[in-house]
Amino acid sequence: MSRIEIQKTYKLFIGGQFPRTESGRYYPLKNKKGELIANICLSSRKDFRNAVVAARSAFASWSTRAAFNRSQILYRIAEMMEGRKQQFIDELMLQGASSKAATTELETAIDTMVYYAGWCDKYQQLFSAVNPVASSHFNFSVPEPTGVVAILAPENNSLLGLVTSIAPAIAGGNTCVVLASELMPLCAITFAEVLNTSDLPAGVVNLLTGSSQELHAHFSTHMDVNAVVTYQNKPDEIKTIQQNASLNVKRVFVHTAVTNPNPYLIFDLQEIKTTWHPIENIGSAKAGY
Amino acid sequence: MSRTNTLPDFKNTPVIDQVGVEERVARFTTRSIKKSSKGQALKMILNMIDLTTLEGKDTEGKVKQMCYKAVHLHDVIPNLPTVAAVCVYPSMVKIAKDALKGSSVKVASVATAFPSGQSTHDVKIADTKFAVDNGADEIDMVISRGEFLSGNYNFVFDEIASIKEACGTARLKVIFETGELSTLDNVRRASEIAMAAGADFIKTSTGKISPAATMPVTLVMLEAIRDYYYKTGRMVGMKPAGGISTSKAAIHYLVMVRETLGGAWLSNEWFRFGASSLANDVLMQIAKEASGVYQSIDYFSKD
Repeated sequence: MSRIEIQKTYKLFIGGQFPRTESGRYYPLKNKKGELIANICLSSRKDFRNAVVAARSAFASWSTRAAFNRSQILYRIAEMMEGRKQQFIDELMLQGASSKAATTELETAIDTMVYYAGWCDKYQQLFSAVNPVASSHFNFSVPEPTGVVAILAPENNSLLGLVTSIAPAIAGGNTCVVLASELMPLCAITFAEVLNTSDLPAGVVNLLTGSSQELHAHFSTHMDVNAVVTYQNKPDEIKTIQQNASLNVKRVFVHTAVTNPNPYLIFDLQEIKTTWHPIENIGSAKAGY
Repeated sequence: MSRTNTLPDFKNTPVIDQVGVEERVARFTTRSIKKSSKGQALKMILNMIDLTTLEGKDTEGKVKQMCYKAVHLHDVIPNLPTVAAVCVYPSMVKIAKDALKGSSVKVASVATAFPSGQSTHDVKIADTKFAVDNGADEIDMVISRGEFLSGNYNFVFDEIASIKEACGTARLKVIFETGELSTLDNVRRASEIAMAAGADFIKTSTGKISPAATMPVTLVMLEAIRDYYYKTGRMVGMKPAGGISTSKAAIHYLVMVRETLGGAWLSNEWFRFGASSLANDVLMQIAKEASGVYQSIDYFSKD
C-alpha cells in the first residue's frame, strides 16, 4: 500500500509562535506547470499589528544584549541553516530554481549570515567617533539601534533575499517584521523554523506572508514602526511608503536589488547618539561644573 | 431599603460550579463590538477607570502628575471624558484632593493597613478616619483574609461594618484579594458577608498579588450582587482591579456586567476598573479609531 504523504502547513511566525493568519485567508501557490505546491497564509493588517507588538516587546532585551552574544546567535542561525540544507534546496527548486542555482543561493545565504554574525561586535568601532571639542569634555558619538524595522523582502529572491534584508537589522540590535516574497514564500517559514531553534529570542524576527499591495500602507503608517526597508521594485508602493513614513518620521530605505553584504546596511538602521562627558584636571584646565 | 445587619445564612448560598462559570465567561469574549459601539465602549471604560498608584516609592510629584493625567487624559483628542477617580495611599489623599480641585474626579484612598490588612482594629479605624478627614470620597479597605480563611466570618463582618461606620459619607469598597481566597465558593461567601455588612462596592484585588482580577472571579461577584439586589433592592457596585491592561479585555468585562446585572450598572457610579496601564491602551485604541493608524505608546504620557 502506498503511503499518504504528509504535506507541510505553511503558517506565520509571530512572537516565537507559528499562528495561522488571524483573517483565515489563504492563497494557492503554484509551480510553473500550474500545479498546487501549498496554500500560503494571506496576512491581514491585524497580523501585522500583532507582529509589531511582539517586535516592540522584544526590542528592549535584544537591543541591550551584549554584542558578542548577538554575534553568537547569528552564527547559530547559520549553523542551523547548514543543517537544513537539503530542505531549503528542495523548496528553492519547487519554486522554479535549477539545482545548481538553488545550491548557490543557499550557500550564499549561509555565508551572508556568517558575515553579519562577525559584524555584530565590530560595526560600533567603525561607526563611532571621539570628537574634538574645545572644552574639557570627552565627546563621543556611538550608534544605537533604530527600533522596530518593517521589511518588505525582495520579490524575486526567496532565501537570499530574506537573509540579506533581516541579518543587518538584527545584527545591529533592531527587531523586525518581515513580509516574505509573495510568489516565493516557501523558504520563509522554513527559515522561521531555523530562527526558532537558534536561541533567537521570540519576537526579534517576525515573518508574514501575503501581498505587499495590501500591506505596504500599514507597514508605513504604523506609529510604532521606526524604519521601513523595502526591496520590492514597485514605484507606486514606494511612493506611498515614503509619503506615509512622514507621519512619525520613519527612516525609509529603498533597495532595488539584493546587494553584496556590507556593514553600511547595518549602519542604515542605526541612530548616532552623541554624549558630552566632563573631564577634570586635564593639563591645567579645571572642570567647569 | 431593607438591609439585614447580620451575617448572612450560608445555607441559602448557591454552590459555585467552576466549570460552568468558566464556560459562561468564555462566551462573553465572543461578542462582536465594532466601530461606533466600540467607540462608545472605549469612552465608557475611560470614564470608569480608577487611576491608581500604590507604591512605596510614590511621591507628591508622582501623585500630582497622575491627577493631572486623570483630568487631561490626552488633550490632542477633543471631548474625552475624565477618569472616575484616582486611588492613592492615605498619606497622599490631601495632595490628590488639592490637585483635583474643581474637577469631577473623585479621590479614593486605600486604608486598613493595605495591602495585607494585618494590623489592629484601632489602627485600621484610625487609618480610615485619617483618609476621610483629609477629603477622601471613597475608601478601599481590605478584609482580613487570615480570619476569613479560618472561618471567623463574624470577625470579618464586624470589621467591615465598623469601617463602614468610620467612613461616614465616603463610599466603601471592600477588597477580598481573591487570589488568596483560593476557591470561587469563598469568593461568593466573602461577597455576601461584605454586602450584608454595608459595602457600597466589592472589589477583587489589591493588585499586589497574582492572580488579580480574572473574569470567573468577577462573574461570581457580579452574580452575588445580582442575587443581593433581588433580595434587598439595594445596588452594590463592582470593581475588578489588577491585571486588566488591554481595552479588549475591558470590553469583555463591560459585556459581562451588561449581561449579568443589566444596563443600570454601566456607569462609574456602579462599575469601576482599578488599573494603571489600561487608560493608555484605551487612548491608543481611540486614537486608532480616529486616525485609522495604529498607535505607539511613545506618543502618550506615561503618568
